[in-house]
Amino acid sequence: MADSWFQRIKEGITTSTREKKETPEGLWYKCPSCKKIIPSEEHVANAFVCPSCDYHERIGSIEYFYLLFDDNKFLELSTEIMPTDPLHFVDTKNYKERLKATQGSTGLNDAIRTAVGPMNGKGVVIACMDFKFIGGSMGSVVGEKIARAIDYCIENKLPFVLISKSGGARMMEAAFSLMQMAKTSAKLTLLADAKLPFISLLTDPTTGGVTASYAMLGDFNIAEPGALIGFAGPRVVKETIKKDLPKGFQTSEFLLEHGFLDAIVNRKEMKNKLSHLFSMLMQGKQEEVS
Amino acid sequence: MNFLDFEKPVQELLDQIEKVKQVGEKGKVDTTGTVKDLEDKIVETRKQIAGKLTPWQKVQLSRHPDRPYTLDYIEALTNGTFFELHGDRNVKDDKAMVGGLGKVGDQSVMFIGQQKGNTTKMRQYRNFGMPNPEGYRKALRLMKMAEKFNIPIVTLIDTPGAYPGLEGEERGQAEAIARNLFEMMRLKVPVICIIIGEGASGGALGIGIGDKVLMLENTWYSVISPESCSSILWRSWDFKEKAAEQLKLTPEDMLHNKLIDGIIKEPLGGAHVNPQEAFAFVKEELHKQLEKLLKNDPEKRIQKRIAKFCAMGAFEEKK
Ligand SMILES: [Zn+2]
Repeated sequence: MADSWFQRIKEGITTSTREKKETPEGLWYKCPSCKKIIPSEEHVANAFVCPSCDYHERIGSIEYFYLLFDDNKFLELSTEIMPTDPLHFVDTKNYKERLKATQGSTGLNDAIRTAVGPMNGKGVVIACMDFKFIGGSMGSVVGEKIARAIDYCIENKLPFVLISKSGGARMMEAAFSLMQMAKTSAKLTLLADAKLPFISLLTDPTTGGVTASYAMLGDFNIAEPGALIGFAGPRVVKETIKKDLPKGFQTSEFLLEHGFLDAIVNRKEMKNKLSHLFSMLMQGKQEEVS
Repeated sequence: MNFLDFEKPVQELLDQIEKVKQVGEKGKVDTTGTVKDLEDKIVETRKQIAGKLTPWQKVQLSRHPDRPYTLDYIEALTNGTFFELHGDRNVKDDKAMVGGLGKVGDQSVMFIGQQKGNTTKMRQYRNFGMPNPEGYRKALRLMKMAEKFNIPIVTLIDTPGAYPGLEGEERGQAEAIARNLFEMMRLKVPVICIIIGEGASGGALGIGIGDKVLMLENTWYSVISPESCSSILWRSWDFKEKAAEQLKLTPEDMLHNKLIDGIIKEPLGGAHVNPQEAFAFVKEELHKQLEKLLKNDPEKRIQKRIAKFCAMGAFEEKK
């Protein structure tokens, strides 16, 4: 798993299908915001951030682990946990088939991966959601993996980073999904009792039940610039108030202004800022790992 | 009195009784026997309806316009002792979330719940039972106060969801709900949560973390309303009945999936048919649960509460 990112870069899979048509070589990245085209290598070296306009490309757990763990060294946790279809849910497709198809197309088991590894030489547990798995929706697997990652932090006295990127709860697991909000919050009380720091990193997009549970419960709530963060989706809010939404509504900058974020951090500086924060909090109690 | 489409047979029988009585009075005839027969027939009809309620019909019953709301329950349970408390001490008093102290028998209880209105004017005043962040923060303030004075907490849940408005987003709807989930987990006093109507998503869960989470018989609890689920997954409003089935949102399903702790009986036909009886059932259950919970050590109670929510979920472990 740790190597697959390099493989992906080689195959040019980091550019989305939409852009692939326009870039002949496949090893080029076209910024959807400023439309500038740069070599994929340069884009990756810049933490998947556009060097011209600072647009933060949506990336997944593979990329975040690569950016945050030293030399992409980490041990993935709870890989044995797989989703099921407890309610035998059928909408336009049946959930079981939807899961199988998504697992096939993404190579992921579910919408989150959790791992332990060194960040600037100090151990840390990182949980990272994957938006491409059914919109990063939170179901039982997401809840259970977060729960076990927190247990791992408590057992090994490690700090916790949770990277949110999600449309909210997974409808196909209905109330099971809803209760993952309660479950993850319950586990976070235990992490707090153990006095271990928890950084919630909110990325584009973070909405619904994810925002209304763990994403807002960090000792530090940190967001990437320009991310959509909210409880209700902007479309729902617009329908409710029957007016156009103000510019910049529900962006990271809007949340910082209203007092719900500690800081907005550029992805290029994320690793150093996070480890700096942890080192100040843990005051030498962090073990050296390499 | 309002009647849902599937309650029509009952309405017809009630109309018949009225007619028989009128005819009886005019002609000075004794109609007791006929009325009694019709009343028996109503009970029989109600039993038949109750026996084959679909999930969507339960959703309809949970929203029945004659159904008692939070303050109706509180008034009945506290027998004139209720003292309503207002405000979150920050922004305002959210009219969609009510709370206050009252006595249930000899026991002081902190009541909190979403409140709906029963006239057009009152529905607007109560914002249709959809709280803003200050509602959740008011709820938490009252819960913390209850903890300070060692008073158990009872929350009554009845909401179509937290309000998805502009100001709610500005004031941190998500943070307010998240904070409540976290803080309610470790309240040192017993917490009992009862879904008395609609239990829609995070807006319900925001006051729904308890040692005992119970649902009245004709209520629903899920991650989304059947209508919204239909519009998102089927891209049409026409699949609400199907969505209601798929979501497994009835008390029976929720209990079966170990996502709630119990079901409280309602009068035949629903709480709206005989509110006094509904209040009595809730009162009886409250006494029973409070007596048990108050005996436990606070730390053990918290551990048990946390363990219960941590056990929720359905997944596979591959070797
Ligand atoms: Zn750009």
